[in-house]
Amino acid sequence: MSSGGPEVTRMVRIPADGSKTAPVEQLVEVLHRLPGGQILVTSIENVLNWARARSIWPLTFGLACCAMEMMQAMGTRFDLDRFGVIPRATPRQADLIIVAGRCTIKMAPVVRRLWEQMPEPKYVISMGSCATCGGPFYYDNYSILKGIDTVIPVDVYVPGCPPRPEALIEGVLKLQEKIQKERRLTRRLGEAAPAGA
Amino acid sequence: MPSLRTEELILNMGPQHPSTHGVLRLLVTLDGENIVEVQPDIGYLHSSVEKMMEHRNYTQNIALADRGMDYLSALVNEMAVIRAAETLAEVPVPERARYIRTIFMELQRLASHLLWLGTYGIDLGAFTAFLWCMRERELIMDLFEAVTGGRLHHVYFRLGGVNEDLPPGWTDRCREFCHYFLNRLDEYHKLLTGNPIWQARTQGIGVLTRDQAIAFGACGPVARASGLAWDVRKSHPYEVYDRVEFQVPVYTEGDCYARYLVRMDEMREATRIILQCLDQMPPGEVRAPRVPLNLKVPPGEVYTRVESPRGDLGIHLVSTGGETPWRVKIRAPSFVNLHALTEMMKGWKVADIIAILGSIDIVLADVDR
Repeated sequence: MSSGGPEVTRMVRIPADGSKTAPVEQLVEVLHRLPGGQILVTSIENVLNWARARSIWPLTFGLACCAMEMMQAMGTRFDLDRFGVIPRATPRQADLIIVAGRCTIKMAPVVRRLWEQMPEPKYVISMGSCATCGGPFYYDNYSILKGIDTVIPVDVYVPGCPPRPEALIEGVLKLQEKIQKERRLTRRLGEAAPAGA
Repeated sequence: MPSLRTEELILNMGPQHPSTHGVLRLLVTLDGENIVEVQPDIGYLHSSVEKMMEHRNYTQNIALADRGMDYLSALVNEMAVIRAAETLAEVPVPERARYIRTIFMELQRLASHLLWLGTYGIDLGAFTAFLWCMRERELIMDLFEAVTGGRLHHVYFRLGGVNEDLPPGWTDRCREFCHYFLNRLDEYHKLLTGNPIWQARTQGIGVLTRDQAIAFGACGPVARASGLAWDVRKSHPYEVYDRVEFQVPVYTEGDCYARYLVRMDEMREATRIILQCLDQMPPGEVRAPRVPLNLKVPPGEVYTRVESPRGDLGIHLVSTGGETPWRVKIRAPSFVNLHALTEMMKGWKVADIIAILGSIDIVLADVDR
């Protein structure tokens, strides 16, 4: 995430009095106190992450040229369905937003709102030069946003103008790696993630 | 019995909608299920290309034309920009380059229509069409890639020719593809043309009469489906279109089905043009010597037009003699056809919005520029 972007908190805070905590959090807390419970928690987490990473549902959302390559990637030859990437038409059902193409200043609030409508956990792939930094529309231009990361936090940047479908697939695989390493459950306990676990 | 109180409902569609083909926002006024009025809200992809072109020289503008204008027909955009500069500067173009340009523009037309057919299929619930069209489109992408190195944005045409000659064996590959594609086209006809669901969704829907088409200045397949036999390739031939034989498909119904048939026939004609060009293409140079990259175009103004897959694409170029244009105005076919959409949609049901919108095949980058 760039320094200029909005601050995003992805953790759910546990209230001071234990009465309002969710059952999952209570379970994690109990497990964590048991001898050897940490291993159990991380194992559960690995399974959850594995499931999450293998079923990333992106939002059907194309801005410009890169959307064509995104369609090709989901089309016949490249077939992103193999990786569990099934496009959804509404942000309420989506885990991932692929910002494919240049985003104008007029469009920026719409993208932000779409991102806000997505349920947690949510991820963003910035596809192509325009979404990453403005690309060929950086200079002498009054209408294009200089990078989508000024509006929403980006997890993976895919370079190219436009990136080939293979490049987008690589981006999705990188995102899967990132999801696999996440430590959501243990972070809820307010502890640092165990290194390499 | 007192009558029920009814009022009109304004429905906001877009800018994020899986079927608006980009970032179009439609404000639809509904009376029950009937459409009273449709007001497009554009500008969500305004890239200020016309302004940027004033700050770049003519060779750099080729790359900008790929991206900033209609990105589904990048090579035709290149041709439009180059043709304006070449006409004003009177740059000679070798014969072989003219043939190569024509082949590539027609391949681009195929690729663009294929993508349209695929997405239109998804809009109307025929997912198979998407998968089939993407399959053939990949083969065209391979042909592009072998010569230009790019799949979507090529920057292949240059002032006074094209960048490089075709690699050995490419013409055979291209010919092979054309014959393969003609068979696939018959398959699409079998899948869709006689399909009762397809016909029910498109036949008689979204009628644009001939007079309305003329009044709105509609162009391309939209105008040709309304009985207007207007094709820039025939009326103002450029490159080698006057040396090849092809038909301009015209239908008089003016509905979505006619627009579909026009594009299907255009794909067949485009394949014919490619095959003829491959046969006629002479050997020789592909780029005129002594055309500098930062060419200074003499003062003056010119309006040139080419036939893009969406219609009549015009460039009004004003030069004051410098390395960069003084003003470039792009007459975008999608912009004009989008305006005709407001008339096409009046009186139809809300479920027809997608069918009508998909049938005019707009690209929002072309509308907003």
